Amino acid sequence: MQPSLIAEGIGKTFTLHLQGGVRLPVLAGLGFAVRPGECVVLEGPSGVGKSTVLRAIYGSYGVDRGRILIRHDGAMIDLATAAPRQILAVRRRTLGYVSQFLRVVPRVPTVEVVAEPLLATGCAREPALERARSLLARLRLPERLWDVPPATFSGGEQQRVNLARAFVHPYPVLLLDEPTASLDAKNRAIVVELVRERLAEGAAMLAILHDRQARDAIATRMVELAGVDRAT
Amino acid sequence: MSGAYNFAYLDEQTKRMLRRALLKAVAIPGYQVPFASRDMPLPYGWGTGGIQVTAAVLGQDDVLKVIDQGADDTTNAVSIRAFFRKTAGVATTERTAEATVIQTRHRIPERPLHAGQILVFQVPIPEPLRFLEPRERETRRMHGLADYGAMHVKLYEDVARMGRITTSFAYPVKVAGRYVMDPSPIPKFDNPKLHDCPALQLFGAGREKRVYAIPPHTTVESLDFEDHPFEVQRWDRPCGLCGSTDSYLDEVVTDDQGGRLFCCSDTDFCRERRDRMDEGR
Amino acid sequence: MSAHDLPLLEVRDLAKSYGGLQALKPTGFELWPGEVLAIVGESGSGKTTLLSCLAGHVPADGGSVRFRLREGTGVDLLQMAEAERRLLARTEFGFVHQNPRDGLRLNISAGGNIGERLMAAGWRHFGRIRGEALAWLDRVEIDRSRIDDLPRGFSGGMQQRLQIARNLVTRPRLVLMDEPTGGLDVSVQARLLDLLRRLVAELDLAVVIVTHDLAVARLLSHRMLVMRQGQVVEQGLTDRVLDDPQHPYSQLLVSSILAA
Repeated sequence: MQPSLIAEGIGKTFTLHLQGGVRLPVLAGLGFAVRPGECVVLEGPSGVGKSTVLRAIYGSYGVDRGRILIRHDGAMIDLATAAPRQILAVRRRTLGYVSQFLRVVPRVPTVEVVAEPLLATGCAREPALERARSLLARLRLPERLWDVPPATFSGGEQQRVNLARAFVHPYPVLLLDEPTASLDAKNRAIVVELVRERLAEGAAMLAILHDRQARDAIATRMVELAGVDRAT
Repeated sequence: MSGAYNFAYLDEQTKRMLRRALLKAVAIPGYQVPFASRDMPLPYGWGTGGIQVTAAVLGQDDVLKVIDQGADDTTNAVSIRAFFRKTAGVATTERTAEATVIQTRHRIPERPLHAGQILVFQVPIPEPLRFLEPRERETRRMHGLADYGAMHVKLYEDVARMGRITTSFAYPVKVAGRYVMDPSPIPKFDNPKLHDCPALQLFGAGREKRVYAIPPHTTVESLDFEDHPFEVQRWDRPCGLCGSTDSYLDEVVTDDQGGRLFCCSDTDFCRERRDRMDEGR
Repeated sequence: MSAHDLPLLEVRDLAKSYGGLQALKPTGFELWPGEVLAIVGESGSGKTTLLSCLAGHVPADGGSVRFRLREGTGVDLLQMAEAERRLLARTEFGFVHQNPRDGLRLNISAGGNIGERLMAAGWRHFGRIRGEALAWLDRVEIDRSRIDDLPRGFSGGMQQRLQIARNLVTRPRLVLMDEPTGGLDVSVQARLLDLLRRLVAELDLAVVIVTHDLAVARLLSHRMLVMRQGQVVEQGLTDRVLDDPQHPYSQLLVSSILAA
């Protein structure tokens, strides 16, 4: 099967102008491919740049070199050089992201926060809300919280809102940054189940997972991130 | 005529200036033309604009009629008539049919005007957009660009608050399909008379230094809504003096006991009807 | 190619000087339908000058601003006669002022404020104008019973929502906003942000929003221009500019804000 996501020689160095132009190399020539049905887990010690890889693929970080190819509407697009609106279109339809933080407009009820990615793809309001409710129910978020904005939720509750947002639309490619970090065993099992279903449907996933149990349950392959020699 | 005055009080250069402004006003119906308004021997608000326009158009053979709220015998009308008798020596009349120039405040005569007559309106505030937009520069721009959406806002406010258009004086009109114009504080009852009128209608605002005009037989529409069309005032009784059922009526208090009389505001029209009734008797 | 594949606005070399001061150095960008572009920078960076030139509030010295009409042809707003431009502005553009008092008629009822643009566009049926005004009060979450009240008595947040309704009633395709959440309490800001985000999506608006609030830019905009001393120093995806700023000034701006 052809990969859905290919990273080729991606390099990233942060230049901190406020610290006298200090240069911090984070990635140097990283490459891997993720095929449909695969969940590739990034491995390496903390600080090695695993989250940077996810952010670079999502477009929140730029890369200095290399290519990030993603299958979008049947064609491969290089996210490293794509125009902002192409990246936005990829995010709308193809690329989902479960980050460690929930960043949403204050005051918006949780069920609408979750339905938003569906609405953005042009889905009608009622079916979108219906789908959002069924996911929240599955992730065992108490029903009394659905119409409350998530700002005051606990870490675990916010994480489940984040997961619901990423699973509400069948993204062909998903990035997961510690999706089970703040969850108890029961909720972790549900997330594992959701991920497996989506993999069976042909999604390609790239994940950061320190949680050994979850990793054993969903990882199909590991990619080791080597530290970059900071002296260069 | 007193030899101490130039004909019709104003000097010839001033009259030329005014005529040029009036010609421009006639050429662009409804457009407010600035002019160099002179000090007149009466205070603003008493018809200084109308008097200057009258002075500029008056000839020796003209017959002048002056009305205030439709009446020939009110102080303002009497003084202005006397003013031109003294400074121009022209003939004056109270009969609408006989007059060649009629200066008016707040009314249009009931008797249809005929070709060759000139109706001169006294105008206090020439700018119909002012209540919405106090900046003169901006209102001139709005006129220039025919940006008149705001004009309907006033009518909207009427209907929203009162259920109908309550503006009953100075009801805005659109002239020749282009400029929105304030017809001076005439009752909206008179608005239909502005349309397709055979006489020349001139408007003078002394304090604000503007003249504007409606040439004979010009289209004049009163602004309205499709579901709240323009309507004129109606009375549920005839004139108490002449029995007219289709003229504009004033309410007059007749005694200390609260006696009231509704009668024509156009005194000449009313008297003519009564004269005819007397003849027929 | 659908209309979405072509930019709604193409700005090239737009520039403005005041005397010897180059308030806006030649600047260009494109804007697509449904896209929100935030312009950030501190006071004096030229962001307000840029917005004013786009809106035609101040004449630009040079450059071009091509706007794509509904039928597909492009017109240069800077070359248009003012009468033509105003006609276009009445239906196709909106401008939301920071201070709602600058964008509302305070002596006119809420309904009249919303209805004005409809009447300017030729609507002459009172019942339909009022119906549309009521529908827009609903959309901007102002109680219908306030339709005949003067906005003078409204709270700041309500005035701002009324200003937005007044602008959007003719379904413009381009809306320019100058610090629309400035001067509002934080809780009121949140409500306005939510409302703006929904309306932008529902109406497929293209928006240029000038703000110095990076949190507002993050939540509302897709793309961002960072301006400094009259020129764009960095531009791109909003989250990339905020999370991975490249220019020293952008880094300073981002690092100066708490958890943007």
